[in-house]
Amino acid sequence: MSHAASAEPHGHPALQHHFENMDQQREAGTLGMWVFLVTEIMFFGGMFLAYTLYRSTYPDAFATASNHLDITLGAINTGVLILSSFTMAMSVYFTQVGKSRPQILCLILTIVLGLTFLGIKAFEYKAKYDDRLIPGQLIANRTFGPEVAQKGDESEHKLHMIGSATVHQVELFYWIYFAMTGMHAVHMIIGAGLLTFLLIFSIKGRFGPEYHAPVEVIGLYWHFVDIVWIFLFPLLYLLGRHLEHH
Amino acid sequence: MSEHIVPVRIYITIFLVLLVGTALTVFAAFQDFSVTVGGHELPLNTIIALTIAVTKATFVVLYFMHVRYSSRLIAVIVTSALFWMAIMFALTFSDYWTRCWLARCS
Repeated sequence: MSHAASAEPHGHPALQHHFENMDQQREAGTLGMWVFLVTEIMFFGGMFLAYTLYRSTYPDAFATASNHLDITLGAINTGVLILSSFTMAMSVYFTQVGKSRPQILCLILTIVLGLTFLGIKAFEYKAKYDDRLIPGQLIANRTFGPEVAQKGDESEHKLHMIGSATVHQVELFYWIYFAMTGMHAVHMIIGAGLLTFLLIFSIKGRFGPEYHAPVEVIGLYWHFVDIVWIFLFPLLYLLGRHLEHH
Repeated sequence: MSEHIVPVRIYITIFLVLLVGTALTVFAAFQDFSVTVGGHELPLNTIIALTIAVTKATFVVLYFMHVRYSSRLIAVIVTSALFWMAIMFALTFSDYWTRCWLARCS
């Protein structure tokens, strides 16, 4: 607690001395988070650019590889993440109106949903590992080498080539797939860590209608990670589905 | 300066809109919308998928992230991200589309 804050008649213990009041402090924090998120948008933007470039160059290979992803798990994960964004927004709301118990409950739900997403993602990665779709030689004993299905073979574990696709081009898709979903998962793990800190401080009763900037700001980060997935899901999982039976 | 508290029913509405959007984009992905105009195939499936994604993201930004109720400054910051993204895409593609890189010209 700073002396300047305690000297003010209505100063909140969390008010830092270089801010006039809690509103100004909160707005400054929100602004700072948004500036950070802009750099994050540019960071993911580079990968979306690579995706767009190589997809427009090798559309058949990208459709082939995309159709191999598990659309059901992808859709469920989208739902899980949207629900976690909703519980996060509700946690901010309950802090603003000063209802501590539902706020803590919403935080716990958000963490659990985030971990559910990561669990499903790990399950999907394992399936790609089994089908030898980990690109290059990232795993020494498991170099890239999926089986290609012949005509009439309906096996889910083999690649069903569309048009002029080659296995090498499919590998390029999986580089991009693992880079993008991997970086997204890293952001989820960091987010879950931040939420755990929020949870600890919430249980200690640190936040309320006067002071809830940390909940708001970490919420912004969590929603951003949700938005990245909103784009990743259609681009990675859905783009070739209408070509499946050609 | 005092902040705006978004009512719960708006959060619930946005949540439902996002779920419907997800179901819609999965449904649309299995329909073949591709049309050929003047010998060029229009990737309508991609356009529809991206339109739904952009709509969903806009709802998240405006309501879950409170940009609709925030100061103009925040809106400017958000727009600047889109602006720089547009520059990055435009300059890169102007290069790739006018040179014989990758397999495009072969």
